[in-house]
Amino acid sequence: MLQDKDRIFTNLYGLQGPDLRSAMARGDWDRTRDLIAKGRDWIVNQVKESGLRGRGGAGFPTGMKWSFMPKANPDGRPSYLVVNADESEPGTCKDREILRHDPHKLVEGCLLAGVGMGARAGYIYIRGEFYNEASAIQRAIDEAYEAGLVGNNACGSGYDFDLYLHRGAGAYICGEETALLESLEGRKGQPRLKPPFPAACGLYGCPTTINNVETISVVPTILRRGATWFAGFGRPKNAGTKLFCISGHVNRPCNVEESMSIPLKELIEKHAGGVRGGWDNLLGIIPGGSSVPVLPRSICDTVLMDFDALREVRSGLGTAAVIVMDKSTDIVKAIARLSKFYMHESCGQCTPCREGTGWMWRVMTRMVEGRAELDEIDTLEDVSKQIEGHTICALGDAAAWPIQGLIRHFRPELERRIGEYKQRAGRSALAAE
Amino acid sequence: MSAPTGIGAAAQPSHFAFDAENLARATTIIARYPAGRQASAVLPLLDIAQRQCGNWLPRAAMDYVAGLLDMAPIRVYEVATFYSMFNLEPVGEWFFQICTTTPCWLRGSDQVVAACERKLGIHVGETSADGKFTLKEVECLGACVNAPIIQVNDDFYEDLDGPSTERLIDELAAGRVPPVGSVIGRQKSAPDGGPQVLKTIPPRYEWTLEAPPAPPAGSDD
Amino acid sequence: MPKLTVNGIQVEVPAGATVLQACEAAGFEIPRFCYHERLSIAGNCRMCLVEQEKAPKPIASCAMPAADNMVIRTDTPVVRKARKGVMEFLLINHPLDCPICDQGGECDLQDQAMAYGFDRSRYQENKRAVPDKELGPLVKTSMNRCIHCTRCVRFASEVAGVEELGAVFRGEHMEISTYVEKTLTSELSANIVDLCPVGALTSKPYAFVARPWELRKTESVDVLDAVGSNIRVDSRSGEVLRVLPRVNEFVNEEWISDKTRFAIDGLKRQRLDRPYLRGADGKLAPATWSDALAAVAAKLGSVPGSRIAAIAGDQADCEALTALKDLMTALGSPHLDCRQDGARLDPSAPVGWRFNSTIAGIDSCDALLLVGTNPRWEAPIINARIRKRWLSSRLPVGVIGPQHDLTYKSEYLGAGPQTLADLADGRHPFAETLRSAKAPMIIVGQGALARADGAQVLALARRAAEALGIVRDGWNGFNVLHVAAGRVGGLELGFAPAAGGRDVAGILAGCAAGEIDVVWLQGADEVDTSRLGKAFVIYQGHHGDRGAHRADVILPGAAYTEKNATYVNTEGRAQRGRIAIFPPGDAREDWKILRALSDRLGKRLPYDTLAQVRARMAEISPVFAQIDSVVPAPWAGFGAAGPVDTTPFRSPVSNFHMTCAISRASATMAECTAARQAALDARTGTHA
Repeated sequence: MLQDKDRIFTNLYGLQGPDLRSAMARGDWDRTRDLIAKGRDWIVNQVKESGLRGRGGAGFPTGMKWSFMPKANPDGRPSYLVVNADESEPGTCKDREILRHDPHKLVEGCLLAGVGMGARAGYIYIRGEFYNEASAIQRAIDEAYEAGLVGNNACGSGYDFDLYLHRGAGAYICGEETALLESLEGRKGQPRLKPPFPAACGLYGCPTTINNVETISVVPTILRRGATWFAGFGRPKNAGTKLFCISGHVNRPCNVEESMSIPLKELIEKHAGGVRGGWDNLLGIIPGGSSVPVLPRSICDTVLMDFDALREVRSGLGTAAVIVMDKSTDIVKAIARLSKFYMHESCGQCTPCREGTGWMWRVMTRMVEGRAELDEIDTLEDVSKQIEGHTICALGDAAAWPIQGLIRHFRPELERRIGEYKQRAGRSALAAE
Repeated sequence: MSAPTGIGAAAQPSHFAFDAENLARATTIIARYPAGRQASAVLPLLDIAQRQCGNWLPRAAMDYVAGLLDMAPIRVYEVATFYSMFNLEPVGEWFFQICTTTPCWLRGSDQVVAACERKLGIHVGETSADGKFTLKEVECLGACVNAPIIQVNDDFYEDLDGPSTERLIDELAAGRVPPVGSVIGRQKSAPDGGPQVLKTIPPRYEWTLEAPPAPPAGSDD
Repeated sequence: MPKLTVNGIQVEVPAGATVLQACEAAGFEIPRFCYHERLSIAGNCRMCLVEQEKAPKPIASCAMPAADNMVIRTDTPVVRKARKGVMEFLLINHPLDCPICDQGGECDLQDQAMAYGFDRSRYQENKRAVPDKELGPLVKTSMNRCIHCTRCVRFASEVAGVEELGAVFRGEHMEISTYVEKTLTSELSANIVDLCPVGALTSKPYAFVARPWELRKTESVDVLDAVGSNIRVDSRSGEVLRVLPRVNEFVNEEWISDKTRFAIDGLKRQRLDRPYLRGADGKLAPATWSDALAAVAAKLGSVPGSRIAAIAGDQADCEALTALKDLMTALGSPHLDCRQDGARLDPSAPVGWRFNSTIAGIDSCDALLLVGTNPRWEAPIINARIRKRWLSSRLPVGVIGPQHDLTYKSEYLGAGPQTLADLADGRHPFAETLRSAKAPMIIVGQGALARADGAQVLALARRAAEALGIVRDGWNGFNVLHVAAGRVGGLELGFAPAAGGRDVAGILAGCAAGEIDVVWLQGADEVDTSRLGKAFVIYQGHHGDRGAHRADVILPGAAYTEKNATYVNTEGRAQRGRIAIFPPGDAREDWKILRALSDRLGKRLPYDTLAQVRARMAEISPVFAQIDSVVPAPWAGFGAAGPVDTTPFRSPVSNFHMTCAISRASATMAECTAARQAALDARTGTHA
C-alpha cells in the first residue's frame, strides 16, 4: 500500500484548509521560482521521464503532449494552457477533491505547465454543477494573484502567467477537449474535426494544450521529488500514483490515492472495505469510469489497475473510477442506465452518435425486461459497432463499449431474460384464450 | 397555429437587464477573455442572468446577453438550449436535481427519487403547487463515492437514502437549510468511519534541486 | 501539391484540397450529405468515410486535408459497412413519406439509399417526431425529415450573412430552428431549399405542384435585377412552375435571390394577352393585331419623327430594343432613352456604365467603396459575393449614401456627393485605404446617378477612381451597379438620345409642352406616366402595370420566360434567355411585333429571323458577338463637369420584393413584403 509520505494529495479528504497558508504548509509553492528557472525544456523532460500519462481517461504521455507545443510563436499567436475540470464521467469524482481541498496544487501546476509549454495564459474549465468547487478554485487563484505567485512576474521568476476560471453549464461532452474549447469560446460544446489538433490550432485558433486537473496537479510534486521518484510507482509505462474513485457496492466507497498497477482486488479490499457481502458476492466491475467495458468477477480477481493491464482484458483504466456491482445488481439495467446517459449527453452533431445512442438505449430498455428477440442481441452489438470508430469524437465509442462489454461477458443473462419474457408472454397468451 | 418554439408555457417577461451588481460581475468576467472574444463569456453571463431571474432563463435575458456580447441571438439560443443547467422554464425555490446515473442508482437513487415524489406529491419534472420544490432527474453529478446525491440549487447533499431525503425536504420546507455535504457525517470522500490513510497529514517534503543555471540575459522562457 | 493514391490511382491535388476532392479527382464519387463546396466543412453526416492506410479507423474524407503519400481506399468492406451504417442511422428516424414529399425524385437521401440502404429496417422503435417550423412565405418545413446536416444553418450565417438559423437543443433532440418564430430576413433565403439534401426544407409556393420528372427544363437568365443570374426555368403544360439556379462561377455561383426564384407567379397575373385600343369613350377595349398595328401605323405616319419618342423599360430585351431603335431611326426620331429612371449615365462611354471589375473580380478586391447603393437589395447576389470576400479577407468597405445592414461590416463615410469629392481630393482618410489597396473598387449605384446632378456625380466618381488608383494597369475597379436587366443592353445598343434627341426628362418635358405627340413605352412602367401630357402612348409589354394603364394602344409582348432574347448584365455580359413557354393568348415576341409594324409603316426592318436580328446587334456593339463573356471597355472620360448638390444619395430600391411589373403582380412577393413589414412592426413595437 502506498505510504502517506508518498502521497501527493495530502489534503485529499479536506482535513486541512484549502487556503494558501495551509497549502504552503503542505509544501505547495515552495521555491517555485527555482523550478521555473530550470527552464522550459527541463520541465518537459522531467515530466517525460516521470512517465506521467494523462489522468483524464485517454492516458496520453503528458510530456510528449507538451512537446507538441510550438517553441516559438513567430506569427504572434499566444499559446494557451487549458485545464479540463469538466469532471463528468460517471463514477469519477477525483478532480473534485483537488479542486476543493488542494486547489493550490492545481494553480501551481498550471504555472509550471504554462512554463513547460510556453503558455502565458491558462483557463480552467470547470463543470457548472461544481459551484462550490469553482468558488474554492477561484479563491485559490485570487490568493495566488495577491501573493504574486501568478500574474506578471509570477513567483518573481520573470515569467508572466495569467490564470482564469471558466464555469461550464451542464454538458458531459465538454470533457472532450475540442468540445471544451468550443464551449470556452462561447458556443455549443460540439467536438471539432481533427486535424487540426489543438497544439496547432486550439483556443481562439492558437496553440493549446488541454490537460486534466489531476495531471496538472501532480506536476509540481514530480518536479520537486524528481521524475525517478514518480516513475518508481507502478509498472513500466504505467508510472506514478493515481487517484482512484471506488463507488457502488462496496462497504465504504471512497476516493484514495494509490500506486498505479495496484491489483483491483487489493484496492477495493484495503480502501473501500471490500465488496458488499464479500468478494464472492461480486458480479462485475467497471474499472475506469462508465466508458470502459465491464469486467466479470473472474477477471477482477487478478487484474492490475493500470493502462496496459486493463487494455489487455479489453477494458481500460479510463479515469480510474471503479464502479463495483455485487450479485444483487441488475447488470442489464446498470448498463442500460449508462446508455441513457450517453444518449442524453450526445451533442447531436454527427449521425452515428445522435441516432445510434437513442437506438441502443431503446433496445437496452427492452432488454432489461427481456422484451426482445434473441437475434436482437447481435443487432445491438452490430449497431454499437456501427457507431464505434465512425464519429467525430470518442463519445460514440464510449457509448458503444459498455454495451459491448455487457454482451461479451453477460450474454447468457440477456438470453435468459428474453426466454423468460417469452415464457411469461406465452403463459398470459394461453391464459387469455 | 404557430409551431412550438421551444419556449415554455410560462409567461416570458418582455424585458431584462442586469442590475448594477451583476453588470459589474459581467464586466469582470468579460475581461477574462481576449479582446474580440467576448462571446466566451456567454455561459457565465447566462448563469448570472438565470440567478437574477430566480433560477430560470427567460428569452429576454438571452436576448440581453446576446446584445451585451455582440452575438446573434440564435447563437445564444443554441447555447441556452444545449447546456442542461439553463432552465428554460421557472423552477421552484428549491431545485432538486437528483442524480440517477449508474453509480448513484447502484447506491439507491431509486429510493431517493421515490422519497422525493412521495413527500412532495409530485413527479420528476414537476414543481410543487406551492412553488417551493422542483424535481429533476439529472446525469452524473461527479460525486459518485458519496452516492446517492441531490444537488439542491448550488449545493450537493450526499450519501442520501429515502429517510434522509425526506428529512432534507422537511428541513427546507421549514425554512432551515441543513449543512451541505454528506448527510451521514462522513469526512468528505473519505471512507465512512473516517480516513483509513492520511489520518494525519505527513510533513512537507524537503527537497533540493541542482542550482539552477543563471538565466541567459534577454531570455524569458 | 500533395500526391496521393486513391484506389491505386495516383493523383496530385492542389494544396489545401481535401481527401474527398482528391477522390473525385481520381474519379471516385464520394457520397455526402453535409459537405458542400461553398460552405464551411461540418464533417457531421459521416457518409463520406473512407479508409486511410495506417489510420486506426475510417476518416471523414470531406474534412481530412489531402497529404503526400496518403493511401486512400474508397471501395473496401470497411468503407461500405461504414456507409451502410450511416445510411441506416439516417433512415431510422426519417419518415417513410417519400410519396408525399416534394423532394421525391431529386432527393439525395433517396438516391443514396438506393446505393447503401437496406431493403428493410432493423429499427423496431418509434420514430422521432419533430415540430415543423414557420420560416415565412417561401420555405416550407417538414422537420421529421431533417438529417441535421446543418447546410441551411451554415448557408444562413456564412453566405446569406443573417444569423437566424441554428441547431437548438442537443443530441437526438437537436432541431434546426430560428427558436423564436420568424421569417428569414435574407434576400437569398430560399437557397436553403436547394441545399437541403432531403425534404425538410422545400419550396412553399411550389408545394405539391409537380414532380421533377414532369417538368420541362429550360436554361435561361434572370431579369429581375441586373445581375443576370443563370437560371433553369421548369415548366409544364405552358406554365412556369419554378425557377432554380444554374451554376455560373462568373455570375451567380449557384445562388439566386428570392425574387428571382419566386416572383414567377406574377407571370400569370395581370398579363396583357391581347392588343387593346383606347376607344372614343376613353376606355381600353380589346382589339385585333391588325387593328392595333393599323392604329399605331396611322398615328406614327401622321407626325414627323421629331415629335415621336421612345422609352425602354427595365426588362426590355436587346432584340426588341434593336428593332425599336432601328424603327425610330427610320421614322426620323432622335428621342430615344433606355434610362427611364433618369440616371445620368454617359451613353458615349461603356466603361462609365459597366461593372468593369466583373462580379468575379470582387473575389480579389481588397478595398471597396459603395456610393449611393444598397447592394443587398439592388443585387443580393453581388452583395453575397462582397460578403464572401469580406469573410475571407475582412475587406474594408466604405459607404457613401444610404446606410443599410449589408451583412458585412462597413464604415459610414458620408451621405452624399461632398464626401465623394473629399475622397477624390484625398481629404478623407478612407482615400488612403483605397489608394494603398492592390485591387480597390468603387461601386456606384443608380441612387447616385438618377438625380439632377447625376452626370456631375459620375464625373466625380471617375475622378476619384483616377485619383485613388481604382483604375490602373491591369485592374479596373470602377463599377456601376444597375438594377434593371434591360439597362446595359439598351446603352450598349445606343438606345439613347441621338443628335438633338431628348432624354427621358426631355421627353416628359416635351409631352408637357406639346412638342412630343407620340411616346412609345417599351415595357416602361417606372416613368411618371402622369407627365405624358396629351401624347399618344403606345405601350408594348407583358403586364397591365402603370405604362399600360396610360396607353392608347397596347401591343402585348412576351415576358422573359416566353422568348428567346438577349440581356446584358451590369458587367456588360451578354447572355441568352430562352423560351420556356409560349406567351399567353395573342401576345408575341417583342421584336417580331416591331418587325410586323415596320411592314405596315412601309419601313421594313432588314431582318426576318432571330439570327438576323442578332447579327444586327453584333454590328452595333461587340458585346453581342461574345455571348456569355465580358469584353473590357477602354478607360475614357465620362460624366460632366460642374457643381454637385448636397442632397444625400438614396437607394433606388425601397422594397426588395417588388421592383418591376412581374414582382408587383406576384402574390408571393406581396406576402414577403407583408411579412417583412410585420417583422419590422414587431421590432419597433418591442422597443417602443
